[in-house]
Amino acid sequence: MSTETRDAFDAHEHEHGHSHSHSHGDGEPVPEATWRDGKRYAWLLGLLVPTLPFISWGLVEATGLGVFWWFGPFVIFGVFPVLDQLVGTDPNNPPDGVIKWLEQDRYYRWCTYAYIPIQYASLVFACWWWADGSLSVIESVGLAATVGCVSGVAINTAHELGHKRASLEKWLSKVALAQTGYGHFFIEHNRGHHVRVATPEDPASSRLGESFWAFLPRTVVGSLKSSWELEAVRLHRAGHSLWSFRNDILGAWAMTVVLFAGLTAIFGWVVLPYLLIQAVFGFSLLEVVNYLEHYGLLRQRREDGRYERTRPDHSWNSNNVSSNVLLYHLQRHSDHHANPTRRYQALRHHDEAPELPSGYATMIVLAVVPPVWRRVMDPRVMAHYDGDVTRANINPRARKRMLARYGKKVPA
Amino acid sequence: MSSFACPVCGYVYDEEQGNPREGFPPGTAWADVPDDWACPDCGVRDKIDFEARPASDA
Repeated sequence: MSTETRDAFDAHEHEHGHSHSHSHGDGEPVPEATWRDGKRYAWLLGLLVPTLPFISWGLVEATGLGVFWWFGPFVIFGVFPVLDQLVGTDPNNPPDGVIKWLEQDRYYRWCTYAYIPIQYASLVFACWWWADGSLSVIESVGLAATVGCVSGVAINTAHELGHKRASLEKWLSKVALAQTGYGHFFIEHNRGHHVRVATPEDPASSRLGESFWAFLPRTVVGSLKSSWELEAVRLHRAGHSLWSFRNDILGAWAMTVVLFAGLTAIFGWVVLPYLLIQAVFGFSLLEVVNYLEHYGLLRQRREDGRYERTRPDHSWNSNNVSSNVLLYHLQRHSDHHANPTRRYQALRHHDEAPELPSGYATMIVLAVVPPVWRRVMDPRVMAHYDGDVTRANINPRARKRMLARYGKKVPA
Repeated sequence: MSSFACPVCGYVYDEEQGNPREGFPPGTAWADVPDDWACPDCGVRDKIDFEARPASDA
């Protein structure tokens, strides 16, 4: 967006900003100039995801078909992408004047907190079925995949909570991560990824020409290593040992150990393999979303050697309502990177940010099929950089191939 | 004693309080905080981007 349109955009926001105090009416006629949060109650739909194991069971009971234990992945990879197409997009922003008011409204917080008890109720429910012995191995694996959908989306809930200053929210974030053993995420994400985003140094920023399947091990191992290094620096500076409960990573992992050990003690060894399957499925789901968010985008180096500031054009965005509601506006990713502590309900769409052709739910399906992903996304990265491939974050292994294909020489 | 604010999220480093969790005990001078230390709340800006706050605010 040019400076001119940007100013117009701000002016528009201010114009509407004064009326926020009336915008929370209950059924009274709302004046046209008043801003209302059209998604206010839609956020509750996010709580459908942690109930998936219960819905699976209901469908198995109703139909007698064991295949419904696989209902979670069917919804994530089959139903949500269709909803992306059907429901459409919503580029509306809360005006600047209501952001503060919107952020302090505790209702929105409770929508995220409520995910966690349902998440763990569904985990215990699944353990009961795994231990019951009436499910075949295929059905049990299906249930583990369904539970993995819950624990994967829980990382998104943890992400929203982990960016906040309040210690309660930071703690809830760790609790939500315990089910996937991804407790190191809230350190690496906040202190690693946000600092190094869209640079070759960030393990969680995917590169042009890098398939999801190559990205997955790189980000899992790289993020783990990076979080450990960040924590080592912090503890060393504070004069504490790395091997203590002051180490936030060990503290968060201890929750996972207690959780898995407790469930194994109650339900028996039979549940342990499924706990591991759901954890791997869950964090892989998080990583495929990571893969979409910055694909090929690169911050240029300034003359002083530092990277330029993170701008809206360093993240891929989407305004698809369905995916956005399920993931707490995660797809308004540019505004999230500009203002990481801002609460999800107040995140804004930026006209100057690059847009994905569809919602995250659709794009993760493309991402797991690399030829399809490349066909859809590589031209978009090229268009974003006006055809100059050297401005993209290129996978070193694919560099020659990319330069050959897009006809640019390596700058001398 | 002075204080310095992150230009993005409003986090304030106050020399008097330091940030013990980050390994800067109370009284740690801003000059002793490494240049590549990123804002502990948002991670968007580094120490050298922080802005000094007027003394009356501190």
